[in-house]
Amino acid sequence: MQWEVVIGLEIHAQLATKSKIFSGSSTAFGAEPNTQANVVDLGMPGVLPVMNKEALNMAVKFGTAIGAEIGKRSVFDRKNYFYPDLPKGYQTTQLEHPIVGLGEVEIELEDGSTKKIGVTRAHLEEDAGKSLHEDFSGATGIDLNRAGTPLIEIVSEPDMRSPEEAVAYMRKIHSIVTYIGVCDGNMQEGSFRCDANVSMRPKGQEEFGTRAELKNINSFRFVERAINVEIERQIDILESGGTVVQETRLYDSNKNETRSMRSKEDAMDYRYFPDPDLLPIVITDEDIEAIRATLPELPDAKKIRFMDEFKLNAEDARILTSSLELADFFEAVAKQTGDAKLASSWVSGELAGRLNKEGLNIKASPINANQYAGLLTRIQDNTISGKIAKEVLDAMWTEGGDADSIIESKGLKQISDTGALEAMVDKVIADNPNQVEQFKAGKEKLMGFFVGQIMKETQGKANPGQINALLKKKLSE
Amino acid sequence: MHTKTIAQLAASLKAGEFSSVELTQHYINRIKNFDQGLNSYITVVEERAIEQATEADKIIATGNAQPLTGIPFAQKDIFCTDGVKTTCGSKMLDNFISPYDATVIESFNNAGAVMLGKTNMDEFAMGSSNETSFYGTVKNPWNTEYVPGGSSGGAAASVAARLAPASTGTDTGGSIRQPAALCNLTGLKPSYGRVSRFGMIAFASSLDQAGTFTQTAEDAALMLNVMAGLDEKDSTSIDEPVPDYSANLNQDVKGLKVGLPKEYFADGLDAEVAKRIDGAIEEYKKLGAEFVEISLPNTHLSVPAYYIVAPAECSSNLSRFDGVRFGHRCDDPKDLEDLYKRSRGEGFGSEVKRRILVGAYALSSGYYDAYYLKAQKIRRLIANDFTEAFKEVDVIMSPTTPTPAFKIGEKNDDPISMYYSDIYTIAVNLAGLPGISVPCGFVNNMPVGLQVIAPYFAESKLLNVAHQYQQVTDWHQRMPEAYK
Repeated sequence: MQWEVVIGLEIHAQLATKSKIFSGSSTAFGAEPNTQANVVDLGMPGVLPVMNKEALNMAVKFGTAIGAEIGKRSVFDRKNYFYPDLPKGYQTTQLEHPIVGLGEVEIELEDGSTKKIGVTRAHLEEDAGKSLHEDFSGATGIDLNRAGTPLIEIVSEPDMRSPEEAVAYMRKIHSIVTYIGVCDGNMQEGSFRCDANVSMRPKGQEEFGTRAELKNINSFRFVERAINVEIERQIDILESGGTVVQETRLYDSNKNETRSMRSKEDAMDYRYFPDPDLLPIVITDEDIEAIRATLPELPDAKKIRFMDEFKLNAEDARILTSSLELADFFEAVAKQTGDAKLASSWVSGELAGRLNKEGLNIKASPINANQYAGLLTRIQDNTISGKIAKEVLDAMWTEGGDADSIIESKGLKQISDTGALEAMVDKVIADNPNQVEQFKAGKEKLMGFFVGQIMKETQGKANPGQINALLKKKLSE
Repeated sequence: MHTKTIAQLAASLKAGEFSSVELTQHYINRIKNFDQGLNSYITVVEERAIEQATEADKIIATGNAQPLTGIPFAQKDIFCTDGVKTTCGSKMLDNFISPYDATVIESFNNAGAVMLGKTNMDEFAMGSSNETSFYGTVKNPWNTEYVPGGSSGGAAASVAARLAPASTGTDTGGSIRQPAALCNLTGLKPSYGRVSRFGMIAFASSLDQAGTFTQTAEDAALMLNVMAGLDEKDSTSIDEPVPDYSANLNQDVKGLKVGLPKEYFADGLDAEVAKRIDGAIEEYKKLGAEFVEISLPNTHLSVPAYYIVAPAECSSNLSRFDGVRFGHRCDDPKDLEDLYKRSRGEGFGSEVKRRILVGAYALSSGYYDAYYLKAQKIRRLIANDFTEAFKEVDVIMSPTTPTPAFKIGEKNDDPISMYYSDIYTIAVNLAGLPGISVPCGFVNNMPVGLQVIAPYFAESKLLNVAHQYQQVTDWHQRMPEAYK
């Protein structure tokens, strides 16, 4: 049987506010345990929450970025359950009246086509703390630094039909939240993570199959892998005549498998009800428009502009706009060099390749846009060849410094002096009479041999264009 | 000294008749002498009180005294007090020293007031008789075989016996007005949102409101002046201007339109209590007030709706008492579930458990619409009843309670009958209105209270109406023989 997978994602994006959603504590990552938890975060008797306006604005900003309806009157609810890292015994979240309603984003598929993915809603909520099971000799430690960190949970429609679509969607949301500055997108630190709802159905069937929810996946690669192994698991069950159980499963990236956490029968009754400590949030159209006006150019618009302004093809434009930093880097280099094509191939090729290889974000690039443009300028003015430029780039990458100083100190400057080059050409012709004869007899491929000889002699520094021209001229004499 | 009101004490302090230290020591001595028989305090902070009084005397000496500088108060043990045990009447918090001050406590500190100690109360403010406290039953100073009312029973008894000139309380369904009525005090519950709830241990967040127990309405005004106002730490506190509540006390009540809700004078009201209320109405008529009968047609729904909303909120509010970070933790928990079950099982008393169970049930999936949602709709109907009524009248008057104080133990096996002792006060909380109970006579030597209800944020009116009555009656000046 032909199976079709149906995927929906719930993405948790940590909002980039300085303080927590309901208290003044800092949200900075990595502090000593419990040093960023005040009486409110600790859930002390008598404390009350006060909403951080900045978190609200960021959630609205996200909503406007995906063209969603904004909840004019949104309500915080309490989700009640006991867990040691949940200090109040309930999580403050939004159930029935979320801040962001229906919206959509467009993803691009590998064949170049696009697909719209619906966003059902996005709501504001607080993160829990962390339980630490190591280093306490059998006991559990609790760190409440993260408790109360603002999140938006972005819930998609079950619109994705392959793990690749799921990844493309997740990347798209990632690029939007980082473009508009509401989330730092740092997946290692858990600032951006997702749960995936996966179900299978016979291709052509309209009704959804029973779904499993895969919890807490914190990288693009793992989303793809987790969904793939879950697809296999569900197909195995279905094809051997079994039924998929509705349950929550944990993806284990070390073993590359999903494991049952709890079934629907164990599902808790969270006894949701409106939080009486927080008033409903009322937002006016003017508020929404004021926030919409602060939106920067979004990934889709930037891509179209890059295609238009810099004459890039769709694929290059997509890659270069996948993150704001990369796009800014490219744009700066393109403008400084005046050659978008050169900038595009060097940014999306050489630079992105090196960053990927070392697993670096462009923010951590050892070379800034200005330095990079400086390197490309030397290709443009024939100071160095493309090949030498890669060597210079290597040096800039590892040792730092500008292209010019490296070219100078390593003596990599291209030889463009016509007299010197002419002498070299004369020498290579004189040294290789056999090849000259063969060339003149029509074996034109030998041109490469002559150029190679000169490059070898000059360690690649001879201007290839000039040599070619000189050789052609001399050999036809 | 202890027969004086706050206003009189302030004048004496200012005139140098005695110092705040002397005054404070006097009350501390009275507590030592009398409180064993009443059990109105859970914690007395003698040293701290004397320190505060010493500071206050320095301020008074400079001539910069505020109205409450140097006045001793008793604080209900529901208000978190930095460095002081704050129990909420529960074993759960028997070991809890608060690391911070409630906004109410901060307000009194800033006003230069002195805190004598923390008063006994029904556990987590759940009760109408002060019999559910982990620290034992509080006795009514008018007759120690009787309950003082609750949940602010200790707060009421302490002032009734003049073991403090005045005290704070909280009122979720009548917990200030009912004990005030039963102990012959002036008990003010301001509008919801008038006084910050920050640091006040939550029972039912949408109903809880801090208020005062005083000898007079004039004193209540002095205290409210200090307590009222927007608090940025409480999102439900309201940004409404705070008038000088003392300013309008002396306005006459000629032409005041008073509504008497017929539902509050129906079956269940003790005939003798009814007579005392009639007596009060006659006094007001002499002062020129006009009375009309009104209807609050959804009154019969208020107790059932309250006993859904309040337990539902409490079931969630009390989840934080889990034995993990503070409060009671069971010995040798074998796992997390055992820790939760035993810590909570041992830490909470039976009335608290009853309400948590009721509340959790009302919120559970499949029942939410039938109970919680319906109760919230009823709540709106009840509020609308009052809104309609206030189109016709300036204030509403009624008995505060259907009967005078009942005997200790009398209603222990009958929670429903206990719940109905708040029948006249609960609707006011559901609507979020301000209410006050004023002494208006005695039945068999036990006090009776008149309740006055005003529109939102009309505390000035409420205090004015109560004060005018106290200018022509002396019920509020009477105090129990044994504590004179």
